Amino acid sequence: MKEMKLFLGPQHPGMHGNASVHMFVDGDIIKRSYLLPGMLHRGFEKQMERKLWVNNIALIPRVCVPEPDINEMSFAIATEKLLKLEIPERAHWIRMIILELARISAHLMAYGGIGGPTGNYTLMYHAQLDRNLILDIFEKITGARVYHQYIVIGGVRQDLPVGITKEILEFVNDLESRLVEYRDLGIDNASMIMRIKDTIMLPKEVVWELGVTGIGMRSAVGKAYDIRKVAPYARYDQVEFEVPTSSYSDARARLDIKIKEVQQSINIIKQCIEKMPEGPVRVKPGRGQSMRWTVPKGHVYAPIESSRGEFGYYMVSNGGTTPWRVGVRGASYPQGLLGIEKYLPGTRIDDAALWVDTMGICAPEIDR
Amino acid sequence: MDENKKYPKSSIFKPLRHFKYLFKRPLSHPLDTVLTAKNADYLNKNNPFRKNKLKNSQPRTGPDNLRGFHVNDWEQCIGCATCEEICPTAAIEMVPRHDLPLVAGKLQQRPVIDYGRCCFCALCVDTCTTGSLKMSKEYVFGDSNPNSFKLMPTEKWQDHEVELGYQKSEVTDLLDLKRIEMEHVSPEERVKSYIEVIRGYSKEFAKLEASRCVECGVCTASCPVQMHIPDYIRAIWEDDIEGGLKIIYETNPLPGVCGRVCTHNCETACSIAQRGEAIAIRWLKRYIIDSAPDEMYEKIFSEPVSEVINAKIAIAGSGPSSLSAAYYLRGLGYTVDVFEEKSRAGGVASFGAPEYRIPDYAVEKDINFIKKIGVNIYTNTKIGKDITLEELQKKYDAVYLGTGFFSARKLNIPGSDHPDVMGAMDFLPITRDFARGAISLEDVNVKPSVVVVGGGDVAFDVARNATRIQILKYGKANVKLTSLETLDILPGSDDEYLEGTEEYINCFLGHGPQEVVLKDGKIKGLRVTKCTRVFDETGRFNPEFDNTQETLLEGEQVFFSVGQAPDYSYIPESLKDKVIIERGKIKASQDGQVAGLDWLFVGGDIFRGPDIITGVSDGHRAAVAIDDFLYNKSKKKEQTEYMKNVREAIKFNNPDLALKPERKRTLK
Ligand SMILES: Cc1cc2nc3c(=O)[nH]c(=O)nc-3n(C[C@H](O)[C@H](O)[C@H](O)COP(=O)(O)OP(=O)(O)OC[C@H]3O[C@@H](n4cnc5c(N)ncnc54)[C@H](O)[C@@H]3O)c2cc1C
Ligand code: SF4
Ligand code: SF4
Repeated sequence: MKEMKLFLGPQHPGMHGNASVHMFVDGDIIKRSYLLPGMLHRGFEKQMERKLWVNNIALIPRVCVPEPDINEMSFAIATEKLLKLEIPERAHWIRMIILELARISAHLMAYGGIGGPTGNYTLMYHAQLDRNLILDIFEKITGARVYHQYIVIGGVRQDLPVGITKEILEFVNDLESRLVEYRDLGIDNASMIMRIKDTIMLPKEVVWELGVTGIGMRSAVGKAYDIRKVAPYARYDQVEFEVPTSSYSDARARLDIKIKEVQQSINIIKQCIEKMPEGPVRVKPGRGQSMRWTVPKGHVYAPIESSRGEFGYYMVSNGGTTPWRVGVRGASYPQGLLGIEKYLPGTRIDDAALWVDTMGICAPEIDR
Repeated sequence: MDENKKYPKSSIFKPLRHFKYLFKRPLSHPLDTVLTAKNADYLNKNNPFRKNKLKNSQPRTGPDNLRGFHVNDWEQCIGCATCEEICPTAAIEMVPRHDLPLVAGKLQQRPVIDYGRCCFCALCVDTCTTGSLKMSKEYVFGDSNPNSFKLMPTEKWQDHEVELGYQKSEVTDLLDLKRIEMEHVSPEERVKSYIEVIRGYSKEFAKLEASRCVECGVCTASCPVQMHIPDYIRAIWEDDIEGGLKIIYETNPLPGVCGRVCTHNCETACSIAQRGEAIAIRWLKRYIIDSAPDEMYEKIFSEPVSEVINAKIAIAGSGPSSLSAAYYLRGLGYTVDVFEEKSRAGGVASFGAPEYRIPDYAVEKDINFIKKIGVNIYTNTKIGKDITLEELQKKYDAVYLGTGFFSARKLNIPGSDHPDVMGAMDFLPITRDFARGAISLEDVNVKPSVVVVGGGDVAFDVARNATRIQILKYGKANVKLTSLETLDILPGSDDEYLEGTEEYINCFLGHGPQEVVLKDGKIKGLRVTKCTRVFDETGRFNPEFDNTQETLLEGEQVFFSVGQAPDYSYIPESLKDKVIIERGKIKASQDGQVAGLDWLFVGGDIFRGPDIITGVSDGHRAAVAIDDFLYNKSKKKEQTEYMKNVREAIKFNNPDLALKPERKRTLK
């Protein structure tokens, strides 16, 4: 049969964000495929060079919509390293709470996301509703639901509102009690298993060949590589948590790790709330009004662990009021751009959306 | 496969437990709980097919922190445009509102926000100088008209009272409200000599202080010469002294003097002073001048100034206004001769204000440059004695008078004719000459205990000078200062009061002098009574005293610092009827041209006053007016492109009358 070209575009309910996969299929088997990126290319990195250090906070969260906080964190850590700035202790803990809430929210979105391509809408609704509750919490803390602009150079923008830790605890306890339901609806659901077990494989080589990190790496080679463990930032070295792994990377294993990671994040949040000291939450990066803040000459790479793997900003400052150069390592870049070319072929058309979802792909961080 | 053993046993029935959610309240928000009244109205009107009318039965309110649509308190907002400057999405545009009152420290414009661009980052709120800009809890807005998304926030949102959301706090504030400390010589050290009290900023500190400026420019309109303040502060921040020097000289030829002793209305108007400490604009100006080497001055005029027309101008007096007029007239291409009665030029800067505030070298630096561009200054030449005004009129095409208020005034109370009773301007020129070594300590008549009458800056100049002389002469100081005004309405500046009291001056504020008490021909002290009010209900100066509460302030000498007076003896009889003097000042047009004597111009204290920078602005305006008067009448010389540009710049920068900011007292 003759090869046919199919287009899995941003309007498709199974597609994640504004990217499209071009597939050449024979029957229902994908023969060749590639990602067409660029729909979200707004030149973030270049724009950052033209934006003041303080103004970048309004731009960078957009580099990954479902999990914007990692951008703020990486940018803040990188800048603080250049400034040699010690931030207040409490800020570290608040940052961790925010990051872990964001991780839960991103995992839920991805986990629920398999509801689209499989027709399991209940799962999707549940996940989205729980995510909504997290957004409510974010809204109370930061004043915004999605683009929080909360983790800033020097700490966090303002202290937590009164009573929010109680609300967070209530929410995570409730979510924890319902995690089993997520399993039942998703990976342990007999009708789902047929779609996700032993298919959509991620071979070991992918890690060393493409540089896939995060859940992809942890499931494919069973290595507990997690920046929070191997190069702890904030106060991750002072909390106990595990890095779930697997020695076999089918779609089910990766989804399983996602749910397990949600549990770990819940554990971390609880410890943070317990251990977080009182005190100030922000120091200014220097004297002067914010539009005249400068950062000393230097270059730095600040990796952190996103829900999709190692995510980091490489930044160069030449001592001015704006970064001189910024490079973003989008966690989904290897699997999203190159993985689709190399490993999507061989799967079936209806697996394509699941492939994209379970690999953890965030279109804007590929486009930057 | 082995791997899958880790999963629990799956069952087709497991998901069925989710049926329980059928009986739970939904988590999502129905539309009618999200809309505001306005949006519900709008959607109902524009959606004829909708059967169930939308209500906003129980609109969801955002949390306290919500970054919703903006509100802006117009009473507070000063139109500084700092919000516009920081906005990362260029969503804010300042829109002129000429209906707003034109007052110092405020601009007639207000921000308009384009919600098609705004990303609700609230950086504008965090940086708002006044704190007038806040966010509300409103976050839903729909309309078919795209232009309606551009809104000028007021206290209300869409004509509704709304709850406030995100507001700035000390933690989120993006301004730097604290001034970089200026180093002062300690009181113990400085009273022993005439050493300059203010040390001046180092480069590092000047740059830090400059980095606090938001470049809003509200200061400019309250500066009598409308200096390009934000620009030269930016130059400091960018470490561009040469650029800063050039910018300064566009509007002020006496920056070394003004950088030290200016009354700095700009700082009173400064937007940072709305909630914090004003930028130290005056010290920053001084920093540029102190850092500029002499060679750098050559770059202000890249070519020598040349005469463009055949006309000569005479200037009487060499105070700030005269020097300013001379500088600009020379720049406009005239031959300028300045005649000064005293031994050196500078007026009050050289003979009134004390050496520890404005040392000779700083005055000289300014004057040397004015001389360098070709202004001739003839000292020891008194108009009316060495050369008459009539002679000047004959020899010159125009004459500028800037003879200032150089005579002392005393109060007419019993005993005030005693020789040890002196006025401020009898005494200050002597101290200045002493400080520069022109006369010896013995020749300075200061007794071991003195009383100074007056509450203005000049009174503090007298008292602090007396302290220094006493310490040099007798080893210790005994100076009392008394004024009608109490501290809250003291006319002197906060700095003078603070530095004066640090220098051991005893203040008896709120008292009125009644008599200089004499005994055996010597002064015993000053009898004062309590002053119960200084101004009457209409705000006029009309003091009242309580004679039952009197005190004798002991002292062997009394100084009056109750204002200075002009000396118009040089105005000849022939001109007396044309030169109209009202309350000590000469009447003239706004630019200083005397009606009926189109060749005669006036400026400085004898015209407007009361400070140096106003004198400088008078000089600039008069120079341009003199040029307007002479240029077309006189014979032109060949003019270079360069001189054309210089002339144009001087005319372009001709200052308007300044807006006077309301003084804020910090001392209570
Ligand atoms: C003690 C004192 C302290 C002051 N401190 C400050 C301060 O800190 N900051 C501030 O902004 N303002 C201050 N002022 C006010 C300020 O100095 C004056 O407003 C300003 O100097 C006025 O400038 P002017 O051009 O009118 O001339 P002036 O500075 O008054 O100078 C007039 C000049 O004309 C000369 N002159 C007078 N008559 C003749 C004549 N017939 N022939 C030739 N020459 C003549 C005089 O010798 C003098 O040099 C102070 C004033 C005094 C008295
Ligand atoms: S920053 Fe504040 S005071 Fe200045 S224009 Fe904007 S709203 Fe008004
Ligand atoms: S909230 Fe942010 S984007 Fe919106 S007007 Fe203010 S500064 Fe601009």
